[in-house]
Amino acid sequence: MSLGQRVSSDNQLTRLLQIGVVLEEVVESRAALHIDSLPPEERAEFDAEVEELLVEAAAESADHRERLEALIDDLEAETVEYEEINALVDAQYGPPEDTDGVLYDQLANEETAYKFYDDLITAIEASDTEFAVDRDRLLETLSEIREEEKEGVQEVTEIMEHRA
Amino acid sequence: MNTADQYLKAIYLAQRIEDGPASTGTLADLLDVSPASVNEMVGKLQDRELVEHEKYKGASLTDEGLERAHDALQTYCIIERFLANVLEVEEFREEARALESVIDDTVAERLDTIIDRPEQCPDCFDPEADHCELLEISGRAD
Repeated sequence: MSLGQRVSSDNQLTRLLQIGVVLEEVVESRAALHIDSLPPEERAEFDAEVEELLVEAAAESADHRERLEALIDDLEAETVEYEEINALVDAQYGPPEDTDGVLYDQLANEETAYKFYDDLITAIEASDTEFAVDRDRLLETLSEIREEEKEGVQEVTEIMEHRA
Repeated sequence: MNTADQYLKAIYLAQRIEDGPASTGTLADLLDVSPASVNEMVGKLQDRELVEHEKYKGASLTDEGLERAHDALQTYCIIERFLANVLEVEEFREEARALESVIDDTVAERLDTIIDRPEQCPDCFDPEADHCELLEISGRAD
């Protein structure tokens, strides 16, 4: 058991970045499934704003995934293929009841991703380990992604507020 | 998972291993910290009414402590199962221990959406083997 938030090896860092990739893949996959899952009557009401949000979320997750994969490449490791995660999401997926449910799920996605990157950055900063990937580039990439997740949380919150 | 939750989980597992209160020595071994650190943290958890400590016997979880320990163990099970079955990490026990302090409950909840976890989780966790007794390990190398 390791007490205290700290990333102390390349292996540990690689694993956390791989988890980040999977989280992004889950967001991408769930966003795509949400669009398809709504019953026709809900879909008719499913305004362009929410659909655009989900399309953007999926695209942003794909972008984040690529940036994480570039870091993982430098650590000479591999990631789990999107198709594999998509199949796992699909197998366990229970569609939300309505559009509000979709928005809540999307908010949970963005908040979870933000928390993950925030904790990861804190744990890297608390460590003086010299990683195989450049520390400045690592922290810069993760900070940019964290910022985009924060904006994502705000965007979903705003949509939820003006729909209420 | 924060340090308090890691302690509560360790007390829960130690109580199961020892079939009674968790001794300081067992907790120090499980957490890989000094007995003095254990005593200090157990004191703090007692102040928060999560643990009852009896001199010369050891620590026992209160009902509230048990509930939190249960949740913490469930989070840990998700991490182990995710590492073993999704990332196919051979050394998943060691890696889960190294990662648990950096993985938040909310992150574990998301990872839980893609793993197949038994309904009785975490009661099926084997404290001696340090993993779920129902966990099927793919056996593929890391």
